[in-house]
Amino acid sequence: MPARRSFFREALALGLGGIAAAVPFVSGVVFYLNPLKKKQGEVDENFIRVTTLDSLPADNVPRQFPVIGAKTDAWTRTEASPLGAVFLRRTEEGEIKAFSVICPHAGCFVEYVGREKNRFLCPCHNSEFALNGDIASPGSPSPRGLDPVNVEVRNESEVWVHFQKFQSGTHDRIPV
Amino acid sequence: MKAFLDWLDHRTGYRKLTDETLNENVPGGSRWRYIWGSALVFTFFLQIVTGLFLWMAYSPNSHSAWESVYYIQFEMTGGWLLRGIHHYAAQVMNVLLILHLAQVIIDGAYKAPREMNYWFGLLLLQLTLAISLTGYLLPWDQKGFWATQVATNLASIVPIVGPSLQQLIIGGTEYGHHTLTRFFALHAGILPGLMILLTVGHIYLFRRHGLTPAQPKRRPDQKFWPEQVLKDSIGCFGVMMAVLFLVCGPYVMGWSNHLGAGLTAPADPSSSYGAARPEWYFLFLFQFLKYFPGWTEIIGAIIIPSIGLLILFLMPFIAKWPRGHLFNVGYFVICFAGAAGLTYQAMQEDKNSPEFAKSVAEAEASMERVLELSEQKFPEAGALALLRKDSKTQGPKLFAQHCASCHRYNGHNGMGVLPTDEPTASDLKGFATREWMMGWVDYDRITSIHYFGGTEFAEGKMARFVKRKISRFDEEELELLKKAIFALSAEAQLPTQAEIEKEEADLIQEGFVALQEEVGCTDCHRFHNEDEEADAPILTGYGSKEWLTRFIQNPEHSDFYGEDNDRMPKYGEGGKISEADLELLVDWLRQDWYRSVKHQDQNKDLEEGPTPVVPISDESTEKPSATDGEPSNQEADDKVDAEPAEASEAASESEV
Repeated sequence: MPARRSFFREALALGLGGIAAAVPFVSGVVFYLNPLKKKQGEVDENFIRVTTLDSLPADNVPRQFPVIGAKTDAWTRTEASPLGAVFLRRTEEGEIKAFSVICPHAGCFVEYVGREKNRFLCPCHNSEFALNGDIASPGSPSPRGLDPVNVEVRNESEVWVHFQKFQSGTHDRIPV
Repeated sequence: MKAFLDWLDHRTGYRKLTDETLNENVPGGSRWRYIWGSALVFTFFLQIVTGLFLWMAYSPNSHSAWESVYYIQFEMTGGWLLRGIHHYAAQVMNVLLILHLAQVIIDGAYKAPREMNYWFGLLLLQLTLAISLTGYLLPWDQKGFWATQVATNLASIVPIVGPSLQQLIIGGTEYGHHTLTRFFALHAGILPGLMILLTVGHIYLFRRHGLTPAQPKRRPDQKFWPEQVLKDSIGCFGVMMAVLFLVCGPYVMGWSNHLGAGLTAPADPSSSYGAARPEWYFLFLFQFLKYFPGWTEIIGAIIIPSIGLLILFLMPFIAKWPRGHLFNVGYFVICFAGAAGLTYQAMQEDKNSPEFAKSVAEAEASMERVLELSEQKFPEAGALALLRKDSKTQGPKLFAQHCASCHRYNGHNGMGVLPTDEPTASDLKGFATREWMMGWVDYDRITSIHYFGGTEFAEGKMARFVKRKISRFDEEELELLKKAIFALSAEAQLPTQAEIEKEEADLIQEGFVALQEEVGCTDCHRFHNEDEEADAPILTGYGSKEWLTRFIQNPEHSDFYGEDNDRMPKYGEGGKISEADLELLVDWLRQDWYRSVKHQDQNKDLEEGPTPVVPISDESTEKPSATDGEPSNQEADDKVDAEPAEASEAASESEV
């Protein structure tokens, strides 16, 4: 068989076989990349009622509250689903401050460590944050302070927060 | 580069392996007839690749399996393609398996020294069928759910261990989460793992003994690469194209309304599915069982298939007898022809069965509805929960169960079945709509079977009023009457009329006045007023959700029939219907249900309700109803005993 003809047949064998084999892979990869197309599990309402002023004394102590709201997760729609949590602190002047409980370093759940220390501590890599959310110790691996959350008091006594998540590990706050 | 490849070869010996693989001798040169093995391996490869990707989105749980498959099919990029390839490659694989087996038997390739390889092949065949069977259930749709029930129920007839075996297979006594987790583990883990092992063994043995050359050898021997590889590649390419055609072709040609594999409504243990059939390659067994009634089932389901398989396994020995090979070939041909005949017979039976067509149509309508409802996403309990709270889906069943012994809906029982006996109360299709209300003030219509014709009120006050007064209206009065009817219909606040009622608010206001004055309805009925003498059913809020609910609960209330009620039972008493079901029924009668944003055009058709498809006699009225899960023999009994008719809004109107 002439070399050229043989080459053509070899190329054809590899080409056709390759195309046939590529079809399921290509469909699969396109399918796999689906999450990049749309946001999954996005929160429907940005402002969510979290608690009432009665549960939040004006003593400047942060308290942790769950955020419960409607959620669409792929095919499921849940009207009241735990979306996350926030720290709320009502100052003696009555102003409410709110922070996300998620550590901006690697996404662990930050804890408030009591009056004697009066700080937020991340149990994973020991990032420390002051009451105002700033990084409180030079050894903290977190690239930024705690993420503040907008708060509104509605209907005189209801505390609503603008629940938002930010990318962890970055200096800037990038909403996700 | 060469140094690296030398190093790699030294460490792995890949050159020798490649050399052995590609330079295998093909006696008599490459031939098309040798491609089937490669094509089969290719389909298996397709299944593994597409299956692994599908695995990333599938959720084996009875509350989310159907939903995740729905999501793959309709929401994820390329999901329909991936699932379609997986589904149809499985079908092609079964066809190729039979072709491969036929070739092995006819060519005598099962004979010594290749018996072991032949047995490996037979085991692979069974594994493939087992994978097909387990995969059929995974979407957890009506079709897979009910068809697989048949297969797992057959396990229970195995002597002694049957019931335990069945429980082990389905992970309990009933289908549930563990049925899916078990089937999924088998389908995606254990069975494919075994198949890979056996395939490796099969190919190893094939290489050990070489292929069985087709005689006579027409050409000199060749090497596997490139000539046979080229033919194999073309074969695999052809298989891929065939699968893609099956995935897209029917849709492109307009034979099907969806791309890729089908999906029926979510599995519902309370609603049977008359069109549940196994995949076509199991149809012959399905049909075969019809010939083994009662206790003989075990013969058709287990004994004969086992003997059939045993003979296949024994073929290498049988071949040693005089004319043994001929027997084997004959046996295979007879089995094949028998299976083909049974398959054809099963398909013909279904094709000619109106019951089957009805089940398919219902299942399709149900699926269409789920797709509409899916726009709201599914609750945590799954799509079935959404469907069960959907008045459009449940209303017809509830109507057939509770109302259709006296009433009709567009002439049928709500489910499309036309009872042969005459209705004895009104036809509630279009209840409280303008068009329906107009019937009450038209003498021919009010006395027809669709309104009062079947009741004693055909000669009641209302009918007399229509005859004596309304029939004599002049054109101007008729115009006022029309407006009054529009005003009365507006009392119902039907979602289907919301738009037009908003536009015609002034006209309705005119009618509101006319109804009380010129037309004279308030001589007997109350309408936004208090009048103790007006003892006919109250027209305030007529046909509204609250009005209809209260009416069905107690038609004898002074707001409705009062003492004049004759046959309509009090559904609010004695748990005749639950509050939830009553709400669904009322919503359905008022055509108050979720309307799709995307499917508006389809809604138009669907609001017509099911088209009556099967005029059915009394006996068979029970049958399809029972198949639909809801209406039962009770309904027929009601007819026989002439139990109180119900929901006769018609009757209520009559005693004016």
